[in-house]
Amino acid sequence: MRLDELTRSDFPILQRIVNGRPLVYFDSGASSQKPRAVLEAMNRYYERSHANVHRSIHTLGEEATELYELARDAVQRFIGAPSREEVVFTRGTTDGLGLIAETIGRTLRRGDEIVVTELEHHSNLIPWQLVARDRGAVLKAIPIREDGTLDLDAFDRLLTPRTRVVAFAHVSNVVGTINPVIEIVRRARAVNALTVVDGAQAAPHLRLDMSALECDFYVFSAHKMLGPTGIGVLYGRRAVLESLEPGRGGSEMIKEVWIDRAQWNDLPWRFEPGTPPIAEAVGLTAAIEYLEKLGMDRISEHERALTRQTQEGLARIPGVTVYGPPANVERGAVVSFAVEGLHPHDVAALLDEEGIAVRAGHHCAMPLMRRLGVVGTSRATFSVFNSPDEVSLLLTTVAGLRSAL
Amino acid sequence: MTGATPSASSGLYSDVIRDRWRRPRHRGELPGANAVAEDVNPLCGDRVRMMLAVAPEGRITEARFLGDSCAICTASADVVADLVSGRSRGEAAALDVSDVLAVLQAEIRPTRMRCATLPLSVLAQALDGSAKP
Ligand SMILES: Cc1ncc(COP(=O)(O)O)c(C=O)c1O
Repeated sequence: MRLDELTRSDFPILQRIVNGRPLVYFDSGASSQKPRAVLEAMNRYYERSHANVHRSIHTLGEEATELYELARDAVQRFIGAPSREEVVFTRGTTDGLGLIAETIGRTLRRGDEIVVTELEHHSNLIPWQLVARDRGAVLKAIPIREDGTLDLDAFDRLLTPRTRVVAFAHVSNVVGTINPVIEIVRRARAVNALTVVDGAQAAPHLRLDMSALECDFYVFSAHKMLGPTGIGVLYGRRAVLESLEPGRGGSEMIKEVWIDRAQWNDLPWRFEPGTPPIAEAVGLTAAIEYLEKLGMDRISEHERALTRQTQEGLARIPGVTVYGPPANVERGAVVSFAVEGLHPHDVAALLDEEGIAVRAGHHCAMPLMRRLGVVGTSRATFSVFNSPDEVSLLLTTVAGLRSAL
Repeated sequence: MTGATPSASSGLYSDVIRDRWRRPRHRGELPGANAVAEDVNPLCGDRVRMMLAVAPEGRITEARFLGDSCAICTASADVVADLVSGRSRGEAAALDVSDVLAVLQAEIRPTRMRCATLPLSVLAQALDGSAKP
């Protein structure tokens, strides 16, 4: 059975009729839909076990704490992290990248260098701009080639003994490029730079293994991987996490406090000030269990087939341009395209009339848009529940668009 | 599933919007412009530049626009250029989004309202001279 046939009935929202047509949801890259298992786990938690974590010495407090910490174990397993102390919960990718930029930022000196790439989401660019400005550091970007892949020769030329951080996306949210994490980490490590990987578009689609990637930090959001909004993960290599002062303060992250100083808590709580997103952690566990039951390899294969069908189908339509690596190169579950004579917003609006949800605009990657020479693109992204029939509908609808405005 | 083609009678875009998107009346450079502003819609990256030729006594003799923009934004910019031509600075500054929507004859959804209002905010910047050209 195909994955969409197996999973469709698990997603209540797919019953929606939009503009008189069955919803075709091709916007999981912005935020995925949630299977019933996730919704039910969160409801059950609120109905039976909710209390604050860590501080409550009563039955519900213990249950909540246990459920919250079980989520950490689920994430550790899901991403192949060597230990649970390396899994820090955040509010999402943006929060995690901001946290790590601020935290590393405090250790930077004037003239230190930060390397990002031309295809970053603003979440992995702006925090580094702020840090560079505050610390007098230099921000550089690895350029991309015509096909949306990174120019690694140029990367080598950017690396210097002053390079302290290399921050890059695992998978581009616009052109779908899968960046060679292991290779980039190897070259960064050769100059003793820390590596920060934005995994927002990879975690939902690829099997992850932190011990193989060997990056220092890896960040992602639950809401793009069938989980709830409001929680994300910051994985950090233990040795590096231990060497860092916490970037943000509050409860939970301390052991003992005096008026003028405090002793930090152990990992991972040192980086989790305040009441965490507990129900969201429960939902994330359910999402991970759901993905694991389907199997990440099978998910990748299903989404790759849809991606290829879309890419090849769109490329055959006169007046349609497809961005990013060619169809024979592996990419994430993302296809960005343009329809000649139509603005991406109008493409999305016209597709919405047919119940098809795609995203349009700059996708929070304005430097990449400038590099592609466009103001924006239309973008279809895929998840486990999407079917080849839905892709066919997209293709025939796009083919009819040029006469629609 | 049958392939559906959004028809030309699609309710989303009025005939006015379609027409002004295909054949804008006021698109292009305005060499003698003396009140100019340009801005972007941060949501989508749409960019509009409004150029006004204002006579010494304060009357707008001509208005043109350039834009990298969607159908709604382009049509709106074209209508704004129409509406301000021949008006005084004060009259142009008093122009409201409802005036533009009345000409466009379209139900603009909340998510697209910024597309319709961007040309007006660029107009305001051009008129008060605060924007850099
Ligand atoms: C590559 C990438 N990085 C970062 C983000 C930001 O994620 P969030 O909005 O969940 O913080 C996104 C999603 O919008 C993304 O696609």
